[in-house]
Amino acid sequence: MNKEKIKITGIDLYYGDFQALKNINMILPQNKITAFIGPSGCGKTTLLKSLNRMNDLISDCRISGEILLDGQNIYENIDVNLLRKRVGMVFQKPNLFPMSIYDNVAYGPRTHGIRSKVMLDEIVEKSLVRAVIWDEVKDRIKKSALSLSGGQQQRICIARALAVEPEVLLMDEPTSALDPVSTSKIEELVLELKNDYTIIIVTHNMQQAVRVSDKTAFFLLGEIVEYRDTESIFSMPEDKRTEDYITGRFG
Amino acid sequence: MAKQTSFILKSFVMAATIITFGILLFLIGYILIKGVPYLTPSLFNMSYTSENVSMFPSIINTVLMTLLSLMIAIPFGLFTAIYLVEYAKRGNKLVEIIRLTSETLAGIPSIVYGLFGMLFFVTYLGWGYSILAGSATLSVMILPLIIRTTEEALKSVPDSYREASFGLGAGQLRTVFHIVLPSAVPGILAGVILAIGRIVGETAALIYTAGTVAKLPKDLLSSARTLSVHMYTLSSEGFHTNEAFATAVVLLIIVLLINTVSMVIARKVTKI
Repeated sequence: MNKEKIKITGIDLYYGDFQALKNINMILPQNKITAFIGPSGCGKTTLLKSLNRMNDLISDCRISGEILLDGQNIYENIDVNLLRKRVGMVFQKPNLFPMSIYDNVAYGPRTHGIRSKVMLDEIVEKSLVRAVIWDEVKDRIKKSALSLSGGQQQRICIARALAVEPEVLLMDEPTSALDPVSTSKIEELVLELKNDYTIIIVTHNMQQAVRVSDKTAFFLLGEIVEYRDTESIFSMPEDKRTEDYITGRFG
Repeated sequence: MAKQTSFILKSFVMAATIITFGILLFLIGYILIKGVPYLTPSLFNMSYTSENVSMFPSIINTVLMTLLSLMIAIPFGLFTAIYLVEYAKRGNKLVEIIRLTSETLAGIPSIVYGLFGMLFFVTYLGWGYSILAGSATLSVMILPLIIRTTEEALKSVPDSYREASFGLGAGQLRTVFHIVLPSAVPGILAGVILAIGRIVGETAALIYTAGTVAKLPKDLLSSARTLSVHMYTLSSEGFHTNEAFATAVVLLIIVLLINTVSMVIARKVTKI
């Protein structure tokens, strides 16, 4: 059950001369939700984006160390596009394409070579159902996705990410642009998805980390200060800095 | 005091607007009044004779010239812009040079293009005064315009679209052609409209490359005059000033039509 999905060993990451991550070591267990917390600019999102190599898009970004996905080094001899299929991502702001809901969700499967209309219909429906948005949009699936509310858009984004059948789901502050009702819907959804996916969620919301995550890592200035079970980190932080942060004394 | 300043500024802004708009109206009105009475059916006869200076062949030539020039310039311009925005690394020396070149090219007077076209396409490549030489020259002329407007259009596509596409495991090529390019279409079309405007209105670059034969072309290597050249020739000969005005009316209408049609297309494309 507690199989390790991702193993991070000795990761150092630089943007130009600035070191954004310092010697990160951690194991992310399968079918668990791991939360990354910490003040802005502490490296949470950077580490998240290293896990599906979205940092490759930044020109002066250098990384050293090892990240193993099911034992395979994702920075060596690997097709980045296939890696990103296995490790999906949901971004901070809903970033749907200016297309219909259907085309948005079908974009991923189409990218990976599925052409059959029947199969695509099935995948789109299944993904929307999984993201608990199907009932709200099933009547206007061919309409523009941009006409939906922010919360709905973010759930479509999750559906879109699920449509390529990833194993890991990276979520970069997925609720920071949403209202409380939409936020709680997404949180319920995340808990639901845990059974089938390994989820890593970056959040600025302490309560959210407590509500959804099994494990929590606290980041500060590019380092992991503490990484333990969510319950114990919040009830009994070992490090003074963690305690100060989660009790709201800074950050 | 402040009130007074604001009043002066306001009157100045109003005056500027009225004058600009007034000149435009006057120009159009003048052309219409001078041209419309001479817009006789015989001006649209199949062939041009020195008694009846029909503009029909020139209309066909204009359409051909425009299409051919766009067919050459759009692919080159589009792909150059895609390379510059999506593929080239920032601060790349080559990119800087290409950008400087295209900016310089955009500022060169069209007569210089005409001279180049005459020396290179007409003489060196031996195409003679022809539609082909003319449209090749025009496509060199509008290339910088197309590159720059396409670049701007691509840059204005939010990076979040690209991120989302890459995040789903799409490669660079798919991202560019399925996500970025469709979103950039309105901006690209705006550039194409500007380019069409320049082609339709061009004379200097064409006189030396496409010649002034007022007949329907047999093939791409025949000389052909466009509407603007037709108008220029009529008025410089001095015998048919009224017909020149009538031609101007038709030119105006054509430009207006092109703009409207492209706007409709742009709206169709962006709507999903």
